[in-house]
Amino acid sequence: MKRFAIFLGCTIPARQPNYELSARKTLEKLDVELVDLDNFTCCCPAPIQSINLESSQAIAAYNICLAEEAGLDIVALCNGCFESLAMANAALKKDKKLKAEINKVLAKVGKEFQGTIEVKHFLQVLIEDIGLKKIQEKVTKPLSSLKVAPFYGCHSLRPSKLLQLDDPERPQIFENLIESLGAEPLEYRNKLKCCGGLLKGISDDTALELAREKLANTNKAGADCISTLCPFCFVALDIGQIQVKGKFQEIYDMPILHYSELLALALGVAPEELALRSHKIKADKVLEKIA
Amino acid sequence: MLHHNVKKAEAISFSEEVTCRHGGETLTACYQCGTCASSCPVARLDSRFNPREILKLALLGEKDEVLSGDAIWLCTSCFNCQERCPQNVEIAELIFALRNIAIEAGNSPNIYADFGGALIADGRIVAISKFVEKKREEFGLPPLKPVGVEDLNKILEATGFTKPEQKEASK
Repeated sequence: MKRFAIFLGCTIPARQPNYELSARKTLEKLDVELVDLDNFTCCCPAPIQSINLESSQAIAAYNICLAEEAGLDIVALCNGCFESLAMANAALKKDKKLKAEINKVLAKVGKEFQGTIEVKHFLQVLIEDIGLKKIQEKVTKPLSSLKVAPFYGCHSLRPSKLLQLDDPERPQIFENLIESLGAEPLEYRNKLKCCGGLLKGISDDTALELAREKLANTNKAGADCISTLCPFCFVALDIGQIQVKGKFQEIYDMPILHYSELLALALGVAPEELALRSHKIKADKVLEKIA
Repeated sequence: MLHHNVKKAEAISFSEEVTCRHGGETLTACYQCGTCASSCPVARLDSRFNPREILKLALLGEKDEVLSGDAIWLCTSCFNCQERCPQNVEIAELIFALRNIAIEAGNSPNIYADFGGALIADGRIVAISKFVEKKREEFGLPPLKPVGVEDLNKILEATGFTKPEQKEASK
């Protein structure tokens, strides 16, 4: 049985039990064991990189060290955590000078970055460690006829040089994973553009406009729901719909489901076990369609 | 050729100051083709933001304009531009470097003071309430593990982390 250290980050435990619960349940069903390690901190994503890049890199490396000591690869659920940790991991493995600099800092807390583990996105574990074939075999409730708009977000894919998850311009793995559940992945305009999440509190109007165009474009493409991989994208598109309704009087009523939630439903987990009530836009339409 | 170990800030131009920073190394490779601006999801919605313009101002040494304006804060860090830059300029990271310099000079939107303060206090940038922590059991989630706040603060100190200042009038 494959074992991973699960990296929850800040936003998921603070606001999205639905993501954590569905990710834990699905990985367990797919024979992956998750270990919760002591002392993981914030991954230091863009908002902290904006304050001090070096501090951010050193703290990301600190978290990697904790997993190295436990001899475990990391699985991150949040795009932000994945990006911060995977970027630091790749950069430090490649650049000896940077590694020496960061290790000088880490020595103050008795750690040393070795470069012995992998940092993987939840999606990547599904593809690389479990595989589409096994997922297909384990599906007991195929999501037939469900039209799903995949929304990758930014930091699952870019910067691709360091993350290396998939082609940053024409990615395919999310679509393949949606197909493996018996559902239909949809193409839509601006699929790979940002959700606007990181502009909240800085330029709320632009942030909302970015979310709004995803809602308009997926709606036009005939989506039954949008599927996300990141808590920030989820919030931007879920709570974003309430703000779009208030500001533009546009009602999309578009359920947003993390891929892990779709996967859980297809693997036969009962909807009432999934904390779906924490969604602002209710998933009932999706549940009816797949019933 | 630039010297990466130049220390005397007063003797060097702003573009050199940027290229000496973490994330700023690739600035001078920019030849202003505009691929970044045409790939940017924000530039088409908000005329205050244009990544090519930010790089141009930095290259021309317009330090005050770059550091005190709104523009550098409007990047979503989506990395589209960096992905497509034909010169491999690390544009999103350059913007982090410019923000680092601006914050050291005391310029930043107030939200960064919140992020910095939360990180120092809790080791997380989003607080987890007691209520939410209690709820975990109800959902069948395991209790949260302790956060390495003490180690984190030692690392912040060793890397010269400055907590951004909260200003009275929000930008």
